[in-house]
Amino acid sequence: VIEGVVRFVDERTGAAPFLRKALRYVFPDHWSFLLGEVALYAFIVLVGTGIYLALFFDPNTASTVYHGSYAPLRGHEMSHAYRSAIDLSFEVKSGLLLRQTHHWAADVFVAAIVLHMLRIFFTGAFRKPRDLTYFIGLTMLATALLEGYLGYSLVDDLLSGMGLAIGYSVLMSVPFVGANLASLAWDGPFPGSPAFESRMYILHVFLLPILIATLLTVHLVLVAARHHTQFLGPRKTERKVVGIPTFPGQTPRSLGLLFAVAAVLFLLGGLVQINPIWLWGPYHVGDATNGAQPDWYLGWLIGALRLVPSFDMTIGGYTLVPNPFWGGALFPLVVFGLLFLYPWVERRLTGDHAFHNLLDRPRDAPRRTAFGAAFFTWVFVVFLAGASDRVFIFLGISYEAQIWVYRVAVWLLPVIVYVVAYRACLELQGLELVRRRRREAEAR
Amino acid sequence: VPRRERIVPPAGSSPRAELAVLGLLAAATICAAGFVTVYAVDRIPRQTQFLGLSLGLAFLFLAAACIVAANRLVVTEELEEDYPLPAHPEQVEALDRLVAESGDRITRKRLLKLGVAGAGAAVGAALLAPAASLGPFLDTAPFYETPWRRGRRLVDETGRPFLADRIAEATFYTAYPEGASREEVGSPLIVIRLDPSLLRLPHGRNGWAPHGILAYSKICTHAGCAINLYRSPLFPEAEPKPALVCPCHYSTFNPADGGSVIFGPAGRRLPQLPLETDGSGYLRAAGTFSGPVGPSWWGVRLHGARGPSA
Repeated sequence: VIEGVVRFVDERTGAAPFLRKALRYVFPDHWSFLLGEVALYAFIVLVGTGIYLALFFDPNTASTVYHGSYAPLRGHEMSHAYRSAIDLSFEVKSGLLLRQTHHWAADVFVAAIVLHMLRIFFTGAFRKPRDLTYFIGLTMLATALLEGYLGYSLVDDLLSGMGLAIGYSVLMSVPFVGANLASLAWDGPFPGSPAFESRMYILHVFLLPILIATLLTVHLVLVAARHHTQFLGPRKTERKVVGIPTFPGQTPRSLGLLFAVAAVLFLLGGLVQINPIWLWGPYHVGDATNGAQPDWYLGWLIGALRLVPSFDMTIGGYTLVPNPFWGGALFPLVVFGLLFLYPWVERRLTGDHAFHNLLDRPRDAPRRTAFGAAFFTWVFVVFLAGASDRVFIFLGISYEAQIWVYRVAVWLLPVIVYVVAYRACLELQGLELVRRRRREAEAR
Repeated sequence: VPRRERIVPPAGSSPRAELAVLGLLAAATICAAGFVTVYAVDRIPRQTQFLGLSLGLAFLFLAAACIVAANRLVVTEELEEDYPLPAHPEQVEALDRLVAESGDRITRKRLLKLGVAGAGAAVGAALLAPAASLGPFLDTAPFYETPWRRGRRLVDETGRPFLADRIAEATFYTAYPEGASREEVGSPLIVIRLDPSLLRLPHGRNGWAPHGILAYSKICTHAGCAINLYRSPLFPEAEPKPALVCPCHYSTFNPADGGSVIFGPAGRRLPQLPLETDGSGYLRAAGTFSGPVGPSWWGVRLHGARGPSA
């Protein structure tokens, strides 16, 4: 049977040589290589669950009155969008499972991308010839952040509206053109016209998923074209890659990981509540709630918005830089900008323009490791600052005092981490040298 | 017939592993059937939980079956392969020549390039132009407008007007303009009452707070969230002053001195609305806001707030 199918395909496509090569493609083995795969599988779950949700969700902000089975909201005025999301949760059988699984998958998707990126960064996998792959990965991360933000904004619950108000303010704060861009995007001042919901919807369910899928495909094609990287090991060199073939060896492993990711996501979606939208209520411009937090992957932005002291930069009556620009726009631009520039910067500073197929261990590149540790500490401290109101609620530590500590720590900690990480790398290298010398001496 | 060389190296069988995989597949089948059963049953308590559990376990058993198969049933081989050539200098050079030579007939290359660039930019701009229909790109007048004008009554979310006498200290009220949309950034107000002796309003705001009743825009000047926290000291001698606080980024405004920023990121005062009481004791706007409402943009300090356009 197999031979018949393959012959059919080959005679019509000439693909047999390619298939033969693809099935014997070599996968080097290391646990940290799985992180990117986890992101891929979370994306598959996102697409599957998302299609199901789209069959029920009504992206319409026209007003309606709720008469469904959730008693606390009965008689409340709300948008069709919010009502359809509530109905999806309470009236559609298995709707809540798929909605929660979708939300969990989004959180896991971004987490896996971030961990994958850290692995790529600290092992130097972004070096030539894989810098293009790395740039595409970063673009996917940025797209995924926007995609996730639009996803929970669509629902039109109270948290959606608060998040959109902040996004709108950040866009308004862009120097010279902010108000114009916001007016264009929202079709007038916030909360905008009904067209805005349609725009978010088409972005969330079509344009951005297509963009992510396209980038994903190019990313994987590039990985395959230049082959996987590997750590130095027996027979593993810059010229030769050693590992398990796609088939039979790698296939059951990858399938196993796919099913494991799906298992975790459905278990989370069924057993661990996430974004109980019926508790937030519908959004109205004059409403807000205390202690609101975005999904984890936007925590760094809320932290940055909170840490900036009170000022708008003005020239006469002209407001050059409104405050939200610093934390909401400039900070993420600098973070992504540095990540994009890093491969070039490292090449300039080290003069290393060579091709690299072998990975560095973090200790082998102390400056990169120290810079990366300091850089991600910087972002992480800002992220923590985003949780300061929860810390106040749970531990009673003064919010204002925390913000002052963070305003100092965000500049001080990265410096300390740089020095410590750099020293640690050199110490580890030294330790290895001593061990090797001792072994050589004993052998003699 | 000569025996052909194997592609995959031979390995011994492992009946126990096969049994384990079979068992795991059976467990996955049972869980998947359980999912369908739970789905089909009406009025089952905690249906979502059971659905997630059964489907999650089905996938978990599938994953386990794959992993056992990968480790015990599939032949483990370690292959070596050459990394692809880092570069193809001859091909690159040939491509370069191909492009250069194919343009040999063209004599005025720079002029033609200019023409192509000009036409490309013009067509691109033409295709982008309809994007301007997305919204009023140049008209920023709506950003200055709010529904508040002199004489408009303050009403609560159910539409009932506010009696000035009913405004108590140590709490806050949300007010909307009577007979106007509530879903505009310029609509919602936060109304509080302070001891008039505490007020230190800026010049020109005399009489804006009858009986110590103050109205501010409820929308934070930082990022547009609604201000819904009011810090009212129970023991004013020792506790911090009264403050209006936004729950998004904790911009903190002083209601006693005209809405100045005490803490947090907001870069502008909270706009104040002058109040008056009418003959029946109801609260009404005595004019429009002290400044534009909502988050800052480049023109937020160029003009004052305006009442509703006709």
